[in-house]
Amino acid sequence: LVFTEEDKYGLYSNLLFKYFLAEGIVCGHDLFVASAKEHPDNILKELPAPLLDDTCGKELGDEAAAVKSEDFQDSMKIAWRYQNLPKMEASPTSYTKFGHYYDLSKKMSPELIQSIKWHSFYLHEELSSQPNMKTCNMNGAYTRLLQSLQRTISQGGFDGSDPQKKQKNVLRIGIQGLGSLLWGDDICCSDTPEDVHSLTKFLYVLRGLLRKSLSACIITVPAHLIQNKAIMERVTNLSDMVVGLESFIGSERETNPLYKDYHGLVHVHQIPRLNSLICDVSDTKDLAFRLKRKLFTIERLHLPPDLSDTVSRASKQDLAGSAKLLSSGCGAMAIGKKHLDF
Amino acid sequence: QGKFTLLRDTRTDGSFLVHHFLSFYLRAGCKVCFVALLQSFSHYNIVAQKLGVNLTAAKEQGQLVFLEGLKSCLDLVFGEEEEQPGQPSPLRFLSESTSDLRALFDFVRASLSAPGSAACKGPVLLVDDLSVLLSLGATPVAVLDFIHYCRVCVCSQLQGNIVVLVHSSEDSEDEENELVVNSLCHHSDLILWAEGLATGFCKDVHGQIKIIQRVSLQQAGEQDLIQIYQYKIQDRNVTFFARGLSAAVL
Repeated sequence: LVFTEEDKYGLYSNLLFKYFLAEGIVCGHDLFVASAKEHPDNILKELPAPLLDDTCGKELGDEAAAVKSEDFQDSMKIAWRYQNLPKMEASPTSYTKFGHYYDLSKKMSPELIQSIKWHSFYLHEELSSQPNMKTCNMNGAYTRLLQSLQRTISQGGFDGSDPQKKQKNVLRIGIQGLGSLLWGDDICCSDTPEDVHSLTKFLYVLRGLLRKSLSACIITVPAHLIQNKAIMERVTNLSDMVVGLESFIGSERETNPLYKDYHGLVHVHQIPRLNSLICDVSDTKDLAFRLKRKLFTIERLHLPPDLSDTVSRASKQDLAGSAKLLSSGCGAMAIGKKHLDF
Repeated sequence: QGKFTLLRDTRTDGSFLVHHFLSFYLRAGCKVCFVALLQSFSHYNIVAQKLGVNLTAAKEQGQLVFLEGLKSCLDLVFGEEEEQPGQPSPLRFLSESTSDLRALFDFVRASLSAPGSAACKGPVLLVDDLSVLLSLGATPVAVLDFIHYCRVCVCSQLQGNIVVLVHSSEDSEDEENELVVNSLCHHSDLILWAEGLATGFCKDVHGQIKIIQRVSLQQAGEQDLIQIYQYKIQDRNVTFFARGLSAAVL
């Protein structure tokens, strides 16, 4: 269960969301898109086109999908990717290639989208049918979403309930804007919401569904709007991977020379520890992202080289101050220089 | 015998302790009731195999009673059959308005005092993890009551042990969780507290573990024994060492 904290204006988390879905299409996975804000048809029309030649990419994708589905025994794989896979790891060989590159200036061709089966859930179009599941005092919208998901999973055979189906496939689920007012949840509005447990119960049941089937899910939540921090802690505990995106738009960091090359920071709060004692921890935790015209890249945060002594003190102190926010040696280096400056 | 051990983690994942206790008690031949709320059975199975214990075999022989919270929840929410009377779902508090965890306790008691368990060395209740119950709508009082009932049944009556994992953090804003954790700390015989390093992330030292033996509970006036080690988690093992003496440094 990939949990993404949205940045303030939702621009970049939307991109991540689209990448996840696009990757699913290129790999030949089935998709389930749920949103209360935008109609899923529109979301799908806006997916970036893969950079490779279409047929070549699809073949590779099929191979990759075939390899992956053999690995799955019964439980799903939570795609807790450390450095967003669709963009990194550009090895040209066939099945070891993990992920694809995408071109943001082009839209994905409709034929490619039609090549997979996708399901959508647009809250405002869903009829308020009688759910044949116990509501558990959960928000009505969440209940309907869960029901739709469960129906898709069992009908599509993702949970192994249909032994006749030979070709196992993976279902990629994307849920956008969970916890926001559009889903009928008021945790973003008040400090003491009416039903504190709706979102966490929903996540627990979702987790159960994911564990039981061959699916991976990404959800985006406007975390900056949720007043009650206790809920965020509980949600973090219930997710396998938590990634936060902090964009620099409108904040003081936009003009900070430290960050001039980047558009925002990526905070990886938690990575999954599934089926083993250890998890795949990488060397650095400072990641930043930038949006070029065609590509969205996530890179290690590099400090620009420290300026020479002729620079005025003010900017040096600024650098040192903001460098304190970064972990590891970079901060120590800048502060040390300040002390040596008599 | 009859001990209540609290596993606590802050800023890191303490589930390696759960895996350890699970394989430890199974290897010792005890009857274990494992309430696994956060992960699926296969996750524990795969890790236990690396640690040398076969969970599937233990389950078939009856040595391990495994409650897979996620699966039970799905059965409860999407299940179409009516519950058989006399066998209510252990997670019934989710769907009903009763907020007590009585059904869960009944399940625990039934599984640990089943006939035939006298052959095993002593029942053990293992819970991973308790903080999830709060997320699912149980009140802190209900959770504490549940633990209390379990203690009476397992520790006093059956002379068994209880091991419970909770998450906590010093600057946590989750007051209900902190309430439960603090209360449990006061009642535990042994606390194993895994913390992420205060200085930040490190590749060779994954965290620090504080072992607190609550001697003060048994003898008034005595101080609790506190030992602190640092640890590094590997694929099949966890190595502990004194603070500052990590293998990477020496």
